[in-house]
Amino acid sequence: MAVPKRKTSKSRRDKRRATHSIDAPRVNGCPQCGSPKLAHRVCPTCGTYKGREVEKLRISAP
Amino acid sequence: MRHARTGKKLGRDSAHRKALYSNLAGQLIEHGRIKTTITKAKAVKPIAEQMITLGRRGDIHARRQAVAFLRSKDVVHKLFAEVAPRFADRPGGYSRIIKLGPRYGDAAEMVYLELVDGPLVFKTKLKPEVEETTASAAAVEDAEVEADAAEDAAVVAETEAASSEEAAGDELVADEAVVEEPGAVSAEADAEAVEAEAAADGAADKPSA
Repeated sequence: MAVPKRKTSKSRRDKRRATHSIDAPRVNGCPQCGSPKLAHRVCPTCGTYKGREVEKLRISAP
Repeated sequence: MRHARTGKKLGRDSAHRKALYSNLAGQLIEHGRIKTTITKAKAVKPIAEQMITLGRRGDIHARRQAVAFLRSKDVVHKLFAEVAPRFADRPGGYSRIIKLGPRYGDAAEMVYLELVDGPLVFKTKLKPEVEETTASAAAVEDAEVEADAAEDAAVVAETEAASSEEAAGDELVADEAVVEEPGAVSAEADAEAVEAEAAADGAADKPSA
């Protein structure tokens, strides 16, 4: 069975792991309320999308 | 040629998948807006729009085709009677997908799949209308703001303005109807009472004669 000939050095190991970081999500400010929101999505704070209210229904359920 | 247009399997066998499409399309037609994952929304959107196209055709064959897929006469009745006529002048594109963000639990992207002219979408009256003037003024302001936004938004604003006017009109009509109905009912009741009296007189006359 094929086995590594050498132990992976700390340098080589850490260089591999240097790319493993995670980034914060890219967020924009909501044009209505200014709170952070994901692009192309409804604002989770004020429930608007492109300046329109989308969360609430216009008529109450029967 | 329809190469490579198989669509998604959604982790279901064909019968399960067909039932899912049928249910989602029916719910969209019934409620005007459904919340689902983006993958299901994208899969069911063209199917739901085909159903609405069947509704626009409106003939008996189209109705039977719709029943065959949607498996519900109630939903098909609503489709043909209420939903499809609203889209009579719209050549396709009856629904839109609005992204909501990842779902807690499995981080699936959730969306609203909604009919574009849904009367139950956008601009809630959060409180019952107390003063007509302020409400209508707010509606006008909203319409102006949104007219500036985009073409799409402008269309929505028009529909909103129209629907708010309609709502106001409906209320007036409703009030008039309430006012008129007692009179009509009482008039009918009077007529019936007169007839009943006449009949009673006739009945009273016969035994005596």
